[in-house]
Amino acid sequence: MFEFLWQPWPWYVTGPIIGLMIPIMLFFSNKALGVSSSLRHTCAACAPGKIEFFKYDWKTQGLWNIIFVVGILLGGFLGGYIFANPDPIAISEATKTDLQALGITDFEGYVPSDIFSWSNLFTVHGIIIMVVGGFLVGFGARYAGGCTSGHAISGISNLQLASVVAVIGFFAGGLFITHVIYPLIF
Amino acid sequence: MQYLKYLVFGTLFGFILMRAEVISWFRIQEMFRFQDFHMYGIIGSAILIGMISIMLIRKFNAKDIHGNPITIEPKDSSQMYRYTIGGLLFGFGWALTGACPGPVFALLGSGISVFAVILLSALAGTYVYGYFQKQLPH
Repeated sequence: MFEFLWQPWPWYVTGPIIGLMIPIMLFFSNKALGVSSSLRHTCAACAPGKIEFFKYDWKTQGLWNIIFVVGILLGGFLGGYIFANPDPIAISEATKTDLQALGITDFEGYVPSDIFSWSNLFTVHGIIIMVVGGFLVGFGARYAGGCTSGHAISGISNLQLASVVAVIGFFAGGLFITHVIYPLIF
Repeated sequence: MQYLKYLVFGTLFGFILMRAEVISWFRIQEMFRFQDFHMYGIIGSAILIGMISIMLIRKFNAKDIHGNPITIEPKDSSQMYRYTIGGLLFGFGWALTGACPGPVFALLGSGISVFAVILLSALAGTYVYGYFQKQLPH
């Protein structure tokens, strides 16, 4: 009867729960849902140096956010390790065909081991995807003032024009990588 | 102890991200290829519920658990360079890694240890942004 803990949940269940995180966090803590600021707070806590952007009281402003992402780590452990879905992600056949054409052979896990593995880290596409990609996630999120949670979910819910523009940018960037860059690096 | 609630919220959020499969590079690829409704359904319905919630909070001047008025800081809509260029760069990173910041933490927690490299790279990106912030157009 508890199979549902292992199985993926449909979009019309998970989407609304993610949306409900906004009022839940506002009600219980008066905080807006967001993840990427935790990276700034971590920099401010570990190595502020002489950089003004990292000189603020990270404990009062950011400790909550760092603890929140430690929670996400724990949630990932529960949902992806303890209650790991034993089946491959049920992506569409069209996507599978496209990705096979790129050279992806492993469709078993959450991410393909063809790309995301330690042995692939020091290859050209491993460095572009993991190191450059990770760098752009951090740099872009701070430059844009938020990520998928802060802009797409919290920001657009709050009818912020800035967030609509940022999310259009997210999508334009993603389409460019998927359709122009991926065929070149694989 | 006052911080325990954030750990609970984060755990709930991380667990939902796993069940929703939005943490999967496969799902992100499917989204950017317009081959399934899954991701659009999740993001769309999350925004819809969030929007209705915030409208109700405003309409009834809802208070938080401590009786303080609920405040949501607006984004600065006068700085359009940052949202366009920053947004585009973030989009590059999102499609490459197949993970935005939340999923990076969730995947690391699920035991895919190589995501530590992506997390460290994201921290480096954040640091470099802080270093050059004054020189960048906003």
